[in-house]
Amino acid sequence: MNHSELTQPVDLPARENDSYLAKHTVRSWLLTTDHKRIAILYLLSILFFFLIAAIAAAIIRIELVTPQEDLIGADMYNRMFTLHGVLMVWFFLIPAAPTVLGNFILPLMLGARDVAFPRLNLLSWYLFITGGMVSLYAILVGGVDTGWTFYTPYSTTFTNGHLVTMVAGVFIAGFSSILSGLNFIITTHKLRAPGLTWFRLPLFVWGLYATSIILVLATPVLAMVLVLIAAERLWGIGIFDPAKGGDPVLFQHLFWFYSHPAVYIMILPGMGVVSELIPCFARKRIFGYKFVAAASVAIAVFSFLVWGHHMFVSSQSVYAGFMFSILSYMVAVPSAIKVFNWTATLYKGSISFDTPMLYALGFIGLFTMGGLTGLFVAAIAVDVHVTDTYFIVAHFHYIMVGGMVLGFMGGLHFWWPKITGRMYPEAIGRLAALVTFIGFNLTFFPQFVMGYLGMPRRYQVYPEEFQFYHILSSAGASILGVGYLLPVIYFIWSLKHGPRAPDNPWSATGLEWTTASPPPVHNFHQIPVVVEEAYQYPVPASPPLEAALPGKSQKGEPL
Amino acid sequence: MKTDKRASIAAHPSVVIYLKVWGALMVLLLLTIGIAHFDLGDWSVAVALLIAGVKALLILLFFMHLRYDRREVLVFAGAAYLWLMILIIGTLHDYLSRNWLPRL
Amino acid sequence: MKVEGQPLHSHFETLQQQENASTLGMWVFIATEVLFFGVIFTAYVYLRWEYPAAVRAGSLHLEIVLGSINTAVLLTSSFIMATAVLMAEAGRRRLASLLAAITAAMGVAFLVIKGTEYSMVIAHGFFPGAGGGPVPGREELFFWLYFLMTGLHALHVFIGVGLLSGVAFFLRRPRGVSVNAVRNIGLYWHFVDLVWVFLFPLLYLASHR
Repeated sequence: MNHSELTQPVDLPARENDSYLAKHTVRSWLLTTDHKRIAILYLLSILFFFLIAAIAAAIIRIELVTPQEDLIGADMYNRMFTLHGVLMVWFFLIPAAPTVLGNFILPLMLGARDVAFPRLNLLSWYLFITGGMVSLYAILVGGVDTGWTFYTPYSTTFTNGHLVTMVAGVFIAGFSSILSGLNFIITTHKLRAPGLTWFRLPLFVWGLYATSIILVLATPVLAMVLVLIAAERLWGIGIFDPAKGGDPVLFQHLFWFYSHPAVYIMILPGMGVVSELIPCFARKRIFGYKFVAAASVAIAVFSFLVWGHHMFVSSQSVYAGFMFSILSYMVAVPSAIKVFNWTATLYKGSISFDTPMLYALGFIGLFTMGGLTGLFVAAIAVDVHVTDTYFIVAHFHYIMVGGMVLGFMGGLHFWWPKITGRMYPEAIGRLAALVTFIGFNLTFFPQFVMGYLGMPRRYQVYPEEFQFYHILSSAGASILGVGYLLPVIYFIWSLKHGPRAPDNPWSATGLEWTTASPPPVHNFHQIPVVVEEAYQYPVPASPPLEAALPGKSQKGEPL
Repeated sequence: MKTDKRASIAAHPSVVIYLKVWGALMVLLLLTIGIAHFDLGDWSVAVALLIAGVKALLILLFFMHLRYDRREVLVFAGAAYLWLMILIIGTLHDYLSRNWLPRL
Repeated sequence: MKVEGQPLHSHFETLQQQENASTLGMWVFIATEVLFFGVIFTAYVYLRWEYPAAVRAGSLHLEIVLGSINTAVLLTSSFIMATAVLMAEAGRRRLASLLAAITAAMGVAFLVIKGTEYSMVIAHGFFPGAGGGPVPGREELFFWLYFLMTGLHALHVFIGVGLLSGVAFFLRRPRGVSVNAVRNIGLYWHFVDLVWVFLFPLLYLASHR
């Protein structure tokens, strides 16, 4: 695919009048039930929260350049990393791929006109915003210093932070997650186009479906556990207080029952994106489609069985630790299957290094590293030494940033033409991907080393011997920041100045590419009928779909 | 008595069937209250949950229509129960096994 | 024969598809509620495992007569509601409305009895901190769980009463209520009954009398 062809503005017939972006009133945005607009509302929202959490990260990394306490006090430091964790987990990582990419692309991939419950979808967004505002308020009036994990008894008895307000915000946002997951499940079951059987679905749909299973089954547990810590804090009920017959470890069981599957909420859509990008940019059918699909569901199910691996040193019984350790090794298997299948897809493929592909390849490498280090810490004997050190911090950032954020960026670049009708500038796109990759590794690889050497997490003041690694890490963070900033700039630039995108700039398979870029309000002029499997790469000369759309090139070439 | 009801099920529910289910539920309620007057020691929980489980099945299958629904719905209902069990058993097995090692 | 013409939303192809989606969606919601309640059931299981004596002692102080009556009330109300759904499906709107109203009334009765029960338990000094001195040992935690579990349940009953009243009211209006809405609210009500079916023996019958 030669992108230089697209850098000249292409004369395409004006589609603005039936595009979903046509109406400009505030009311048409804030009262929309169109899944595509809701996706954009979510995109702006998560970017807002990401920005705040990233500033907190910047402050933390600047503080950590020196071993002493200098930029901010100890109490403020605790509030900073709590803020970073709470906002990043619940207001960026968990919503991002499902509510932005999922909301926009899922109905299109299914050949549907919207999600199953569009008004519920809008409600989800309002709940998200409300929860976010409440949490933001908690932060502004002083925040919380317990860490995003709210461990008892500190959170319930001893902290002087605004815990109840903060958890109230997360509680409300949790319902947003639940309703979104519910919507996606029913949409996938009930709104598939004729001929689109389960095993013809794109793997992104499978990823979203697996994500949604976790969303609806895990999030209610979080909601209730937040109620319990609020009750404990407000009324001293004692459920987590040993003096009254409670157990602080009970909190950890209940909390991690949600929070471990939550990390799979974060990664599964990213894996789904990679499963879309690799076949497209290797021009080759995905290797082992059914295995990848099954692996997604297996990950979702197994993710519920391993939460105790966050509690190896919590005083849970050794036997429980043993069970959770074995199960944690097992949950790695479906993830590994996916990595093998992606690699096998790349083998002898015709690979082009467009920006989305760069992110996908980065994902595979970095997720694998994060995942492998997960195996290290799934062994109790190793975890006893590295738990609560920077090794763990590096482990989860490799998966969440190296994996999820890269996956999200890859998806955003891939579907940007579909969403906005514009192409982003490819050369800068590739540069930003490279800068992100370099910045990321410089930030987080030293953290593996210093964690192994004993640097504890959540510590502001540390021994001199770790300063070298912290300096590397903070330097990397500044580069990573540039890598994040560039796409923001050029995406905004592309809205006005980017070349107009054709329906299918990547010659990709998938129903979303058979409709206009950007799509009309009702997605398809005519609901397509699907007659073949997914990923029919290389794309054949004749149109694979029966319901050919008039006036558009089937191969996605510019008209 | 309860097996009679299930054997006589038509393809669709009717008020008569519902009435019979209600009757069974009332009987089970009296049973569970009655049994509570006996000291069954550690078995009391198991028995109480068993009776509650039967009541629950009656409500699920008949009042909530699972007896007549597509398999899809049954999978969802079953999944909810399964996940509840994972939560309870997964947490409980920690407490159950804490005393297996002698305290040092 | 349906209750009345249900509007077909533009993204669905057939009414049957829309109804199936609606029912399935309701079951997913019920699944989330199961997990939501499941957390405090887990807390109860923990307490019963670690401090069974406290649970038994606390249970003895609960109002078993009122609890039993409430169980009978809810079970019967489920029967009434199931019949209401049948009537709605058969197109008999006024009867369905009446039955939904009776169900709502029984829900109110449940709440009144529960309120009475709470006041009696509190009067005996078992609400921690509400006069009567501290509750002995671990029993305080049992009572907290009792209030939390039954309180959360009562909140759901209250919401159910609201939904049922709405159904009863709107079924009599010209525009009516879709059969699916009646069915789904029925499912919600049966779920509320289901939770109580487990709460009752675990809380009230934990000790032999």
